[in-house]
Amino acid sequence: MPLVSISNVDMRYGGPQGTLAVSGLDMAIERGEFVAVVGPSGCGKSTLMKLVTGLHIPQAGVVTVAGDRVTKPVSIVGMAFQNPTMLPWRTTLDNILLPLEIVERHRHRLRANKKEYVAKAEALLETVGLKGFGDKFPWQLSGGMQQRANLCRALIHEPELLMLDEPFGALDAFTREELWCVIRDLHASQDVTIVLVTHDLRESVFLADTVYVMSARPGRVVAEHRVPFARPRDLSIMYEPAFNEMVQKLHGEIATARAVA
Amino acid sequence: MSVITENTAVAGTPPKPAFRINWIRLAPVLYTIGLFVIWEIGVRISGLPHTILPTPTRVFQAIAQYWSPIWKNSLQTLYTTVLGFLIAVAAGLGIGLFIGWSKSIYAGLYPIMVGFNAIPKVALVPILVIWFGIGTVPAVLTAFLISFFPIVVNVATGLATIEPETEDVLRALGAKKLDIMLKVGIPRSMPYFFGSLKVAITLAFVGSVVSETVASNNGLGNMMASAQSNFNVPLVFAGLIMLAIEGIAMYALMAWIEKRMTGWAHRSTMSQ
Ligand SMILES: Nc1ncnc2c1ncn2[C@@H]1O[C@H](COP(=O)(O)OP(=O)(O)OP(=O)(O)O)[C@@H](O)[C@H]1O
Ligand SMILES: [Mg+2]
Repeated sequence: MPLVSISNVDMRYGGPQGTLAVSGLDMAIERGEFVAVVGPSGCGKSTLMKLVTGLHIPQAGVVTVAGDRVTKPVSIVGMAFQNPTMLPWRTTLDNILLPLEIVERHRHRLRANKKEYVAKAEALLETVGLKGFGDKFPWQLSGGMQQRANLCRALIHEPELLMLDEPFGALDAFTREELWCVIRDLHASQDVTIVLVTHDLRESVFLADTVYVMSARPGRVVAEHRVPFARPRDLSIMYEPAFNEMVQKLHGEIATARAVA
Repeated sequence: MSVITENTAVAGTPPKPAFRINWIRLAPVLYTIGLFVIWEIGVRISGLPHTILPTPTRVFQAIAQYWSPIWKNSLQTLYTTVLGFLIAVAAGLGIGLFIGWSKSIYAGLYPIMVGFNAIPKVALVPILVIWFGIGTVPAVLTAFLISFFPIVVNVATGLATIEPETEDVLRALGAKKLDIMLKVGIPRSMPYFFGSLKVAITLAFVGSVVSETVASNNGLGNMMASAQSNFNVPLVFAGLIMLAIEGIAMYALMAWIEKRMTGWAHRSTMSQ
């Protein structure tokens, strides 16, 4: 039984005459799987994320997470959005600790175990290369640093399901590869299911077990690819012909999806 | 090595700051003095009688001469204004939080508030007098009524304009409406709130003085009204000067509080 299943889902924004964002969407994500979703811009990828987390309820079709039909926000997820939404009045560390003040399982323990949680947050900051920046305010960080802090915030409460919506968008190539490795190691070391939306096809092939390609709006899945490369994967696989072949195939499919629209 | 020592040596030579006058900081004082000087000269040259426009020296003379009633009435006006303002702050925060709580309350109450705000508050003074008699109470209430609207609007706007992404991140974690308000809404609306205090305190003076002028036996408004009916124009201007001083002092206090409480908002917008 998959952790997340989406069957024949339609989602329309803004009433019956509004934008049909996704239509006839089908997807099944196994526990522990790493899924990447790619597709043309505006095809409904962020919408998909919001459907799975229960931030939007579809007009048609069923979304289930961990066996329960989603009718309200599900609380087992960690989320990192396209644009980092750090609160400017909190330090980076306090921003990262924010989920712990909300999530039922942690909020009652937070005050008594503050030290332990702070240590954990600092360890996370170190993994993303932000050691010592915990007491800075978000507006004292660069855009890329804010995105990295954003990632820490999504991870702090050890979610079972991690939803990442283009979390590496504003990063330079080197930092991005560094963070790919952070995510890869996280997925390898913990029992976590990850859904990653991205425009970077190399990123999707490097990280994911399964890559879903979506059509132009209204979005649905046009292709599903299993990534054959064995884990653990090293950054050097990106220079292998098989890797590039797969990237090119995805590229072609998205180009076709765009042309159809 | 030598380059480094040379550099530090250069950096170590202090520019001579001791003799520099900070013109920017002095500017308000200089301009104020300038204004009074021009006023003085203008009145003297044109030969206007002091029953129409007294010279500043004449006004300051009046302040010295009538110091005791001026002081008493200034305190009274300050008292009614600040009391009305404080009620406005409490009510404005409360109503603002209530209105900003949900989109539908915001949509429903906002037009009513705008309509209410469009009523000139002077028109309410007679009603307040019927209810509470003349004196301190209507002055306090007028100050309150006129100054609470900007506070409400600002607090409500701060709450109602939370970025949907921020809200989504929290809701995906299982946050209730109350959590979102406490963690995001209220901190976020604080710069709006503290910003509105400057506007509100200025309006509160308008309210209390208007009410004192038409319906009170004390306060600067009343003092100026009776001075005017005695053709004691220098005393009227003395009252104006006192109002200006109180207004500036309270405004500065609010600006200081704003800066103290919400420094992050200034710095974060400045750095963008
Ligand atoms: N809140 C909303 N209200 C109305 N329409 C929306 C809303 N959010 C998204 N849409 C529409 O739904 C469609 C899908 O949007 P979505 O944000 O899911 O795209 P996306 O695949 O994430 O795009 P991108 O890759 O550019 O981030 C778009 O056409 C967009 O205009
Ligand atoms: Mg998107």
